[in-house]
Amino acid sequence: MIKKIMAAILLSALPTLGIAAGEHVHLDRAPINTSDTASLQRGAALFINYCLNCHSANYMRYNRLKDIGLNDKEILENFVQPFTGGKVGDLMKNTMDVSESKVWFGAQPPDLTVIARSRASGDGSGADWLYTYLRTFYRDASRPTGWNNTTFPNVGMPHALWELQGQQEMKPTRVRGDGFMASVDKPVLAKPGKLSALEYDRAVADLVNYLVYMGEPAAHGRKNIGLGVLIFLALLFPLIYALKKNFWKDVH
Amino acid sequence: MAATKKEPVVVNFAGPFNAPIGGLLTWVDQRFPLMSQWKDHMSEYYAPKNFNFWYYFGSLAMLVLVLQIVTGIFLVMHYKPSAAEAFASVEYIMRDVPGGWLIRYMHSTGASAFFIVIYLHMFRGLMYGSYRAPRELIWIFGMVIYLCLMAEAFFGYLLPWGQMSYWGAQVIINLFDALPIIGPDLSTWIRGDFVVGDATLNRFFAFHVIAIPLAILGLVAAHIMALHEVGSNNPDGVEIKQNKNEKGIPVDGIPFFPYYVVKDILGVVVFALVFCAILFFAPEMGGYFLEYNNFIPADPLKTPPHIAPVWYFTPYYSILRATTEDFMWVLRIGVVAYTLLILFTARGCLPKLLAALIAPVVLIAMGVIEAKVWGVVLMGVATLIFFLMPWLDKSPVKSIRYKGSYSRWALTTFVVVFLVLGYYGTQSVTAMGTLISQVGTLIYFAFFLLMPWYTQMEQTLPVPDRVTG
Repeated sequence: MIKKIMAAILLSALPTLGIAAGEHVHLDRAPINTSDTASLQRGAALFINYCLNCHSANYMRYNRLKDIGLNDKEILENFVQPFTGGKVGDLMKNTMDVSESKVWFGAQPPDLTVIARSRASGDGSGADWLYTYLRTFYRDASRPTGWNNTTFPNVGMPHALWELQGQQEMKPTRVRGDGFMASVDKPVLAKPGKLSALEYDRAVADLVNYLVYMGEPAAHGRKNIGLGVLIFLALLFPLIYALKKNFWKDVH
Repeated sequence: MAATKKEPVVVNFAGPFNAPIGGLLTWVDQRFPLMSQWKDHMSEYYAPKNFNFWYYFGSLAMLVLVLQIVTGIFLVMHYKPSAAEAFASVEYIMRDVPGGWLIRYMHSTGASAFFIVIYLHMFRGLMYGSYRAPRELIWIFGMVIYLCLMAEAFFGYLLPWGQMSYWGAQVIINLFDALPIIGPDLSTWIRGDFVVGDATLNRFFAFHVIAIPLAILGLVAAHIMALHEVGSNNPDGVEIKQNKNEKGIPVDGIPFFPYYVVKDILGVVVFALVFCAILFFAPEMGGYFLEYNNFIPADPLKTPPHIAPVWYFTPYYSILRATTEDFMWVLRIGVVAYTLLILFTARGCLPKLLAALIAPVVLIAMGVIEAKVWGVVLMGVATLIFFLMPWLDKSPVKSIRYKGSYSRWALTTFVVVFLVLGYYGTQSVTAMGTLISQVGTLIYFAFFLLMPWYTQMEQTLPVPDRVTG
């Protein structure tokens, strides 16, 4: 009897493990590859041109971009001097006044050094969130900036990449529901920008790729070293196992 | 005065260097209890020969302790314990300090690994009755180490100065706020400020790098000295010292050196494989070892929507959150029922007297003090109740191998409940989650409080004279 009660308690606890709390946002999978240095370089250029004016990357040094295949001279001439006139070993700070940014956007734009790590959640990686977020801005006259976002509703940030993407507007769209068609408001491109939809997705993927790299510059080397360490340990195991067996052969 | 007269140390492993090494060791041994210590704790410490998988985690806990101390020393060389600089200094370690990322990940992964090995080590003790006489003090020292480890982890978690560091500390310190009369002053005293701030960070740093590690090292020494005084338990719960040969050596014992040294090295290799797989390929462990929100610098003006402690605290966090005003009625019924159980079935006058005295006080206090405080009390009791294990377990046998089905089911259920409570502690509050946590809380305490009854009622199996397999 006790056994049955105990078993019932154990079984009743099991299905609850599947329940997860909170609202879920659908995130698109970011098509990124942090070993693609060409993509990282394009992303770095986008980041410095479009993001670094309002945002900072206070923990990242320009000359760390040597990781992604640039040399000091290229970094200095393309990324540092045209913008800040500083040195190649400087941190990626921005010059915007904090009190002014609070007036313009309602809050200080967050530092982006580790944004790709902090935006991860149960819904997807930080890269997925950023990739979705940067593609879901739409025109909204009710917002102070004239922009809103379906991934981050009522965000303070205007669409910094609108020149590239163009302008999206919310339009009722027919989508397939559970066995029936439904109408859902979705951002749809109303005025095209410099890039086609495909090119824009590619550009955002490059930018997100760079943000992921910047979140943890050591990540690439970490996996390479890790592989070596695991192989060493895997080779060590049979030796230690044989050693143990040999020492223990007289224990019965 | 001449050096102590002792037999010269004979060395026979170093080929041509046998004589000089032997001479050196003899010189040291005449001035320091070198060989006697080595014999007592290594070459002539006889451990049962039937240790199984669960016996790796003691030495692994020691390994992780050393790892945390060594990596901690290197982190302190670059870390800045200041509210203005802490977050940036951690990112500086991750980027600009050569190899800094490796040291930091070893330390952060090591923190979770420490709790994993300690929880498995404690589970081993629960399974095989390693807390039973004459090993009560080993268990008590171990439990104090566990409490110190929780304090160490709590203090250390503030140091990266991310959002979860900040708000986690805020939530836990605010628990003291709930205590009647002294609460608000006490929590201000702990923080050193009216909110968690620079003063809090500095004192937590002091506790994390000096006070608690020092205490842990001393307690580990006491834990092992007590262990080597009475000898190790084993999966059969048989006392090997009761069966010695003519030389006074336990027939089921083997010297720790070399047998368990070489076996534990094997354990270290397997542990290192798992540890390095996480360290190098998933150091965040899906947000469980490094929480995503902690990559946002601490902001005293922005409360995160969902504050969750790190996974190793979540079973207790669930118990805290389960204690609602409604649940207090269940607890009152529980106190009355438990008191009646003691009054009608306990042997001896002392338990009855204590129950009759304590129960009314608790019931009155439950009427006076709000549920939030009882949540803190229950959380505290949930960690402290382990101390009573040696006296709650009344079974005639030590090991789960020879205990009856009640004990087996009780332990299995306890482990499941501990994991379920841990899971709900990581989640946001839902009605279902709270209900399950409340049931879990009751089962958690029932495991301990009913132990004197179910360990005596059940049919045990005969214990063999010698260890098996």
